[in-house]
Formats: sequence, structure tokens, C-alpha cells
Amino acid sequence: MMSRFQESRLVTTEARSVASLQHLERLIPALHARGFQVVGPTVRDGAIVYDVLEKLSDLPAGWTDEQEPGRYRLKRRDDQALFGYVVGPQSWKKYLHPAEIRLWAAERQGQTFRILNNDAPSPRRAFLGVRACELAAIGVQDRVLQGDKYCDPGYASRRKNVFLIAVNCTHSASTCFCTSMETGPRARKGFDLAITEVISPTSHEFLMEAGSAAGSEILRDLSVSPAPEETCRKADAAVEHTASQIHRRLDTSGIRELLYSNFDHPRWDNVAQRCLTCANCTMVCPTCFCTTVEDVSDVSNTHAERWRKWDSCFTQNFSYIHGGSVRTTAKSRYRQWMTHKLATWIDQFGSSGCVGCGRCITWCPVGIDITEEVRALRETPAGKEGGHGNA
Amino acid sequence: METLERIIAEHPFFAGLASDYTSLLSGCASNVRFDAGTYIFKEGEEAGEFYLIRAGKVALEIFAPQRKPIMLATLGEGEILGWSWLLPPYHWRFHARAVDAVRAIALDGKCLRTKCEQDHDLGYEVMKRFAHILQQRLEATRLQLLDVYAVS
Amino acid sequence: MMTTATAAIALPDPMVPRPYSVSQVLKETADTFSLTLQPADGTAADGFQPGQFSMLWLFGVGELPISISGHSADRERLVYTVRSVGQATHSLVRREVGDPVGVRGPYGTGWPMQAAEGCDVVIVAGGIGLAPLRPAIYEVLGNRPKYGRLVILYGARSPRDLLYRKELTAWSRQKDTQVLVTVDYGGVSWRGHVGVVTTLLRYARLQPSRSVAFACGPEIMMRFVARDLETHGMGREQIYLSMERNMKCAVGFCGHCQYGPHFICKDGPIFSYDRIRPLLEKYEL
Repeated sequence: MMSRFQESRLVTTEARSVASLQHLERLIPALHARGFQVVGPTVRDGAIVYDVLEKLSDLPAGWTDEQEPGRYRLKRRDDQALFGYVVGPQSWKKYLHPAEIRLWAAERQGQTFRILNNDAPSPRRAFLGVRACELAAIGVQDRVLQGDKYCDPGYASRRKNVFLIAVNCTHSASTCFCTSMETGPRARKGFDLAITEVISPTSHEFLMEAGSAAGSEILRDLSVSPAPEETCRKADAAVEHTASQIHRRLDTSGIRELLYSNFDHPRWDNVAQRCLTCANCTMVCPTCFCTTVEDVSDVSNTHAERWRKWDSCFTQNFSYIHGGSVRTTAKSRYRQWMTHKLATWIDQFGSSGCVGCGRCITWCPVGIDITEEVRALRETPAGKEGGHGNA
Repeated sequence: METLERIIAEHPFFAGLASDYTSLLSGCASNVRFDAGTYIFKEGEEAGEFYLIRAGKVALEIFAPQRKPIMLATLGEGEILGWSWLLPPYHWRFHARAVDAVRAIALDGKCLRTKCEQDHDLGYEVMKRFAHILQQRLEATRLQLLDVYAVS
Repeated sequence: MMTTATAAIALPDPMVPRPYSVSQVLKETADTFSLTLQPADGTAADGFQPGQFSMLWLFGVGELPISISGHSADRERLVYTVRSVGQATHSLVRREVGDPVGVRGPYGTGWPMQAAEGCDVVIVAGGIGLAPLRPAIYEVLGNRPKYGRLVILYGARSPRDLLYRKELTAWSRQKDTQVLVTVDYGGVSWRGHVGVVTTLLRYARLQPSRSVAFACGPEIMMRFVARDLETHGMGREQIYLSMERNMKCAVGFCGHCQYGPHFICKDGPIFSYDRIRPLLEKYEL
């Protein structure tokens, strides 16, 4: 089976350009000139988060991250790489599927009401620094929110207007497992531009690749030249090396059947003792899409608004129907999340819900590792002790 | 007597019983009628007969102090009424009241019980059938207890 | 959070309700009411299939998924039978004639009327479960030649909780139609059946091999009903249940109504017993 980075070697060198730091300085202004607000990684509060970037130096140059189950630290690099880290607590769903959004407003008119859709349109955005796993995650959410029976017009419009600049990872965290989920570290498709940073003590340049006509247009503004073979080779080697550094594995073979047939596996009790149902994993996960709605009105009840907010299947009330919640225990909620992410998602949307970004592992306060949980389900056969189900 | 034997033999409860047993049972059977509102048997009375309901509805009731009679369940056409004759102390546990006009076949439980003691093969057949009825009644009662329509 | 409104036209959006207005409120029992809604702009009501539901929105209060319980052939109005079990439903049943209600939908899969054509139709309802089944009953009675016998088995908690009493009597008088009613608790003057709805199955006159069953009620009741229907000779793929889970959007985006791999809002609420039997057995799914 050909791995991702081998496949992309089929791209000829003519299609790829090389840019210097000076060239890259022109990127954000070129995007601004076309009306894009540029958002991307920046350092804040000890983490690399996504926020508005005004200039290239807003990027976390010279920073890297150390990630372990339940641990995240920023560390200084010994170079000034712009993209020498991986993903932080936020994902691009922050912009495409916002945490809080007003769906519509309504106004009473005598004995009836009128719906107003008077939201200011969201700005056209360029995402600078989208990792391969994140591109895959955007694709996963595309399928859920605009590729199924109904389409979310807000998501569709935000998605259509976005300009995606991917970055091929030249660094991996210990929590990454994109190789197992076949989503990275190389970005294959779905981007307008892709950048691979090639840095050494003596040089600092960027291999640029256009993935769309819009991307080519921006590249022209940067006045870059075709990449020499050597640069391409170094870039590919860097990405290949990154893939080889990924040691965390999730064995996806038969995963759907594994989860479907282990509903009563004793491992669920084990993880339930650790899981705080804090919902961090669902908040940092780039594919989790669950939301709730909230209706508010003013004191005179003449103006009402409907808001949509992120929700999590880990909350006590998520499965509430009159009388009580269906999933009251932490065990049932963790099982629901993991089974959905890795198994039922496949039945619902044709692919796994997991892209292997590792965020859930890093940001779990007790360090629960989804890859470890899968391993545990495989290794121990379902417990035979205890009562059997009803006749 | 011939028609009674046919009715008994065709009834699902007795299906599969050898014909000499059904003849035996018919020997102890008779047609009975109960007017609406009358009591077929009362709690505490000696249980000698059981009934195969052919028409009408029978309510199983219990009396409690300071309360009107409580209806626990109704049995209708085709159902077997009464199993307390089969097990000691052979006394009815509940009242059975005809809700509307009831026609039934009364079977001599005492006679059948004696015959079961003598012929264990017959006894086993009878016990199997009653065990099935008890199972159904127990399951239905449990579901009733769950009060599934109550608000939360 | 609140912003000032400026005039604008709402774009077509699956999350936007259509203004309807209450044209009738009928008290069915102490805690259950039937509301008739008609579009505020006087145009035709949204069409629906028996078994589907709408999201009903109360201005500034919230939204509820409620099954449509009226005639699917009636294009002027939508009828909903609502039981007051909590704050939101309590608010909904207190609507008065002329009050606005937003309607989104209809949503969900309906009762498989096509699969029922040429068959006997067994309707098994528990409590408020009769409401989403009523449109199926109307459909059978309104298109009699397409279907075989109609058997309605209905159980409620007590005689006071019985819905649509007059209609039940009227239905029982229809040709080839059998209506059997039971209650869990009979009370003093009740002369009907007492016992759970499964006890009525033995009296149903139908041919199991040529029947379809539509069941709706509390989940426990549906599990027992489905099992007993199978014991009576029906195949699992002939039995249909209407499932329920928490719903916020009804369009497959909020994730709340998931039941195993199924979204109750778009893959259901109606499922064949064959399909969901393995899920029904799983506790806290």
C-alpha cells in the first residue's frame, strides 16, 4: 500500500515553487488585497491557538510544542521555523462551525411573528497553516453538515468563502497518529495552497504548491520561482521523516465490528473510572459537531433569537428525554463518544470520524488515550464473568 | 357431552393432549353461565373448579379496607380462569367477577387433581400448560407494575 | 447577546420555523390537548406522511418535536396531540386560539403504508403513542380497498387517560375493523379490559403472515409488544416501532437523537423491529 507521501511524489517539480521568507512576507498582504481576513496559529497563554494574523511575524516563529497524554507545553526551538509545531487546543471548526452563533432573530407582529435574517455576513477568511489531519477533519465536517440529507446554509457559505493554506508537517507530537488514520502528515487535496517549510542552519525556504486556480493566483502575486529538485527532495524527506517519527498507532482493521461487538466489554468500566466527563475531548476534537439550541427573548417578549452552541455527548443532559437521561453513567457516555467517533460514524457518513490529530489525548486532564482504549478492547476478550443479558 | 369434548379438545390449552385424557376431562366438564355482576368465586373459598371462558369478560378483584374493590386484571374469551385448585392449600386467592354475561365450561379441578396424582404423565402435561399460563400472567403483571404511562 | 433587528427577509434554511396560528384547542384528557394549527399567511399547510413529526416553536421559549396526529389528506391544517409532561409541553398546551406557533418540518420516516398495502394492519398503541398512529388509522380507513383488516389495540393507564374515545367507538363500527381497549388500572365503573396492551393480542383477529404491525408507546411497552407479536407468528420485518430520543434540530446536525448508528430524526423515528432489535436490548445506548 502506497503511503501518502510516496503518492505525492508523482507531482512534478514544475508544479511546485520555492519561496523565501521575503516572498512569504507578501502572502498576507496579497490575501488582504483580495478581501480575506487571515487567521492562523499564534502564541497566546502558553498555547498555540488560532487567531487573526496581521503579519507573518504573528506566527509562532521559533516555537514548538511538547504533547503527551494530558500534557501540553510550548518550548523554544533553536531555529526560527514558522511551522515547527503541530496542533493546539483549537481547530478550524472555531470558524467554520462556531461555538456560538445566532441562527436567526424573530419579531412579534400582532398575532404572528416574522423571521429576520439580518446577521452581518461572516468575513471571507484565509486559514493559514492547516495541517493534513485538519484538512481531513474539514472534509469530515463537510460531509456531516452539507453532504447529508440536509445542508446547513451557514456552514456552506462559510465553507465556500474560505481560502485554505495547508502546511505539511515537518514535526510531529507524540500524540499524533494521523498515519494510522491515513490523513497525513502530507496534505493531499482540498487546499488552495500547500507549504512545506525547509529549514536548516544555513537556509530557510518554503516549498509552495498550488491546489486550485485561486491558489495559483496568489502564488503569482508572490513572484516565486519553480522549485529546484534539491528543494523538493529536502521537503519530501522532511515530511517522510515526520511520518516515521509517529509511533502512536491506532489499528483500524475491523474497528467497526470491534466496537459493535464489545458493548459490554469490561474495559468500559475501566475507562469510566478515569473519565471525568469534562467534555474537553469533544471541544478540542476537530470533527465533533454536536450542538444545542437556545431560545432567548427580551423582557417584553417581542423580540426573540435562536442561538446554536456547541454541546457534548459527555454532558448529563445530552440524552435527556422526559423522565430522565438515557445515558446516565460516565461509562455509557464515554462508550457513546468512542463508538460514534470510530464506528457508527462510518455507517452514518462513510468514513471514520477520527483524523488522528491526537488532541483528545493531549487535552484529556487524566490522559485517556483513544488508541490505548482500542488496543485494550482488542487484547482482552469480552469478560465472561457476571450476568448474561436477558433471555 | 360430545360437543363439550370437541370444544375441550380444540382449545389451545388442551391441544396435544391424548384423546383419552380429553375424554377424561370432558367427563368432569359442564357448561355454566354467570350473569353480569355475579361472583364466579371469592377469595378464600375452596377451589374445586376451573373455567374455560367461552364468552364474556371476568375481572380478578381484591378487596382492601377503606377502598372500593380493586380490579387487577380481566380475562376474556379463550382464557383459563383459576389455577389455585392445582396447588395446596386449594383456596382462591382473588375474587372473580363476571363483568358482563359470561359463558364458560367448568372443569372439575378436584377430580383432575386426583387423576394427575394417579397418572403422572397426565400430571406433567397439565403442569406444563399451567406453567405457561403463569409465565404469561407474571410477565403481564410485571409490565403492569412498571406503570409505563406514568409521567416520569 | 441580543441585537437590534432591522428589516430583512429570511432565507430558506432548515432551522427557520414557518409561522402558524392556533385555530383550535381540544382537551383530550386532564393533561393532554390537541392543537390545530393553520398557516398564518393563509396558504396551504405543509404536507406530511403518517408517522412524521414537526418541531413546534413557541416564541422565545423553545422548540419541541411533536408527532403530527391529524389527517395527512387535509392540506389546510396540522393537528398535534400533546401531553403536558414538563415545562415546555406545559407551555405548549396552554396556547389559545389565535396564538402563534412556529412549525418546522415535517421530519422523519413515516409509517410504511406502502408495505402495508394488501395486508392486515395491526395498530398497537400505548398512552400518547396513539397520537402518531392516528394518521395511519385515517389513511387505512380513508383508502379501505388498499388494505386488509384493521386491528387497533390500545392501552392506557386508566380510563381517564384514554384518547380519542369517540373516534375509537366510531372506528370499531367500521367494516373489517376491530378495536380493543385496555387500561392498567380499571377503577370502579370500567367494564372493559384491565391489563397491559399485550394481553389484547390474543383477541386480535388477523393473519400474522399477511399483516404489518405499527407500534408506538413507551419503549418498554414496545419491546414487549414486538416480542409478543413475534410469538404470535409475525416476522420481525413486518413489525414497526416509533422510537424517541432527545432532539434539538431534527435535521441531523445537533447529534442528540443518535441511537446506535441511526439519527432518530432522519433515519427514523420509525424503524422495523428487524433493524433495531439488537439496539433495543442494549442498556444506556
